[in-house]
Amino acid sequence: MTSPSQPIIELRDVNKWFGAFHVLKDVTLEVAKGERVVVCGPSGSGKSTMIRCINRLEEHQGGRIVVDGVELADDVKAIEAVRRRVGMVFQSFNLFPHLTVLENLTLAPVRVAGVAPKDAEATAMALLERVRIPEQAGKFPGQLSGGQQQRVAIARALCLKPAVMLFDEPTSALDPEMVGEVLDVMSGLAAEGMTMICVTHEMGFARAVADTMVFMDEGRIVEVAPPAQFFDHPANERTKRFLGKIIGH
Amino acid sequence: MAAAPAGFWSSTRFRGVLYQVMVVAAVVALGGWLVHNTLVNLEIRGIATGFGFLAREAGFGISESWISYSPADSYARALVVGLLNTMVVSAIGIVLATVLGTVVGVARLSGNWLVGKLATLYVEALRNVPLLLQLFVWYGVLTALPGARQALHPLPGIFLSNRGLVIPSLDWSQGWLPAMEIPRLVGFNFIGGLTLSPEFAALLAGLTIYTAAFIAEIVRAGILAVPKGQTEAALSLGLSRGQILRLVVLPQALRVIIPPLTSQYLNIAKNSPLAIAIGYPDLVAVSNTAINQTGQAVEGVALVMAVFLGLSLTLSALMNWYNKRVALVTR
Ligand SMILES: Nc1ncnc2c1ncn2[C@@H]1O[C@H](COP(=O)(O)OP(=O)(O)OP(=O)(O)O)[C@@H](O)[C@H]1O
Ligand SMILES: [Mg+2]
Repeated sequence: MTSPSQPIIELRDVNKWFGAFHVLKDVTLEVAKGERVVVCGPSGSGKSTMIRCINRLEEHQGGRIVVDGVELADDVKAIEAVRRRVGMVFQSFNLFPHLTVLENLTLAPVRVAGVAPKDAEATAMALLERVRIPEQAGKFPGQLSGGQQQRVAIARALCLKPAVMLFDEPTSALDPEMVGEVLDVMSGLAAEGMTMICVTHEMGFARAVADTMVFMDEGRIVEVAPPAQFFDHPANERTKRFLGKIIGH
Repeated sequence: MAAAPAGFWSSTRFRGVLYQVMVVAAVVALGGWLVHNTLVNLEIRGIATGFGFLAREAGFGISESWISYSPADSYARALVVGLLNTMVVSAIGIVLATVLGTVVGVARLSGNWLVGKLATLYVEALRNVPLLLQLFVWYGVLTALPGARQALHPLPGIFLSNRGLVIPSLDWSQGWLPAMEIPRLVGFNFIGGLTLSPEFAALLAGLTIYTAAFIAEIVRAGILAVPKGQTEAALSLGLSRGQILRLVVLPQALRVIIPPLTSQYLNIAKNSPLAIAIGYPDLVAVSNTAINQTGQAVEGVALVMAVFLGLSLTLSALMNWYNKRVALVTR
């Protein structure tokens, strides 16, 4: 376990290739407990790949990644332990369509953490309250709207009581009228002190919630700054150009 | 909307009906001609039609049976013996082929290079050699085994010799719980347990191993049809590879797997008459003997066809029902 001063996530000189393609180049990033980090950057810049390395959905080839005191290497048990401490929310929800909402939330606690089914259900219902859809517990994911599905996915990622939450463009696949309900849930989590790394282009959310903005381009972290400075006085030319495009004039 | 006479003749609705009437008329005419022709020929050869022969004494022996049978029993009983033999070998074949096919299908997707290649080799070799040849091979292997006294003894209670396969059986006579009866070799014979003849074992092995190659491909395709995001979501929750396969991927793959799996199950039943080549008394083998003795070929074949149709439709209906049950619920 980490002491408060130590970062809960540490990436040091991380390099990764897809075949000959150098997708992550000397990526170094520290995230403190309770810190809220928003990552942005152009498409293909390696944002997804970077956060997927943190729970080893992708394997890095150079450098070190340490999560909650555990270095990610070949040890399967260590990797599974890290995954239990790190929740992840995907752009495409990835709920299990053959299980009910409640079963989606109790699967990991019962099967991975060995929680008694009754207790797992109680925790799951509390989480569904928190994402404001307890009445959908008995339904199947296919019966819910996109926004509701993503809120269930957030609840599912929380069901093992993770120390860190990773979000990969959680609102990009949503109809515009549903973006707000998901961002609200995420803001709620942030307010409760959850450590979060969020890849998103929702700049309003970023400005309101982030402690740290990270800008990536072509596999490198180009700029790291608090939101006020990042949005109003970006240091890097590429950041300026990107913000100009995305915020629009 | 009164159509002019010319318009009526060229209307698609009229034409559609006309074509259907023509097809039905042609089928009826062909069927009528066949029936008439058959009846005339049977009369010329002096064969009485009808199923009366079923009650007569069969007069031939059957090498293995799940119910008591002697040559003094009726043809009907002989056919039931054959039907049971067909059903037993098909049912066990279906279960074993499903298990083996799933294992091989999963193995083909294994990250382990050697395991993957071996599974590919299995599939390619076995589904590209005619089943009949494979049956000859298994039968040859099984009958070339050593005698009972030198029987192979791979696992406790299991003996493999030229007498066939001897396995432990369950004894239900002792009350509520069955007792396991372990076979023992006494002198030249096995006492206790269940003896499966070399013919039965060869047919079962052939049907299972051949069909498993097809099922493996079906399972593989089914697994590949499950979106990668499902595995990633499960991984991110800390589930192990085995758990992900069991709890997340296979249940969803079932939707894709079941329809083609049904036709493989039907194939097992429909391939079982190849038994005749190695002398296993299945329904077709028994009915063949009956037909040779009575000359009632039309009735005998019709009966066997009706039974196979009935078996197949029942199996299809079961699988359709199961498929509906595992279908995903959506809006
Ligand atoms: N499995 C893979 N195999 C090969 N190339 C990949 C793979 N995954 C991603 N890439 C490539 O790596 C680069 C970075 O991908 P990544 O998904 O990390 O980008 P991103 O910043 O998340 O982009 P987006 O905003 O579009 O999601 C892209 O050029 C992509 O095509
Ligand atoms: Mg991405």
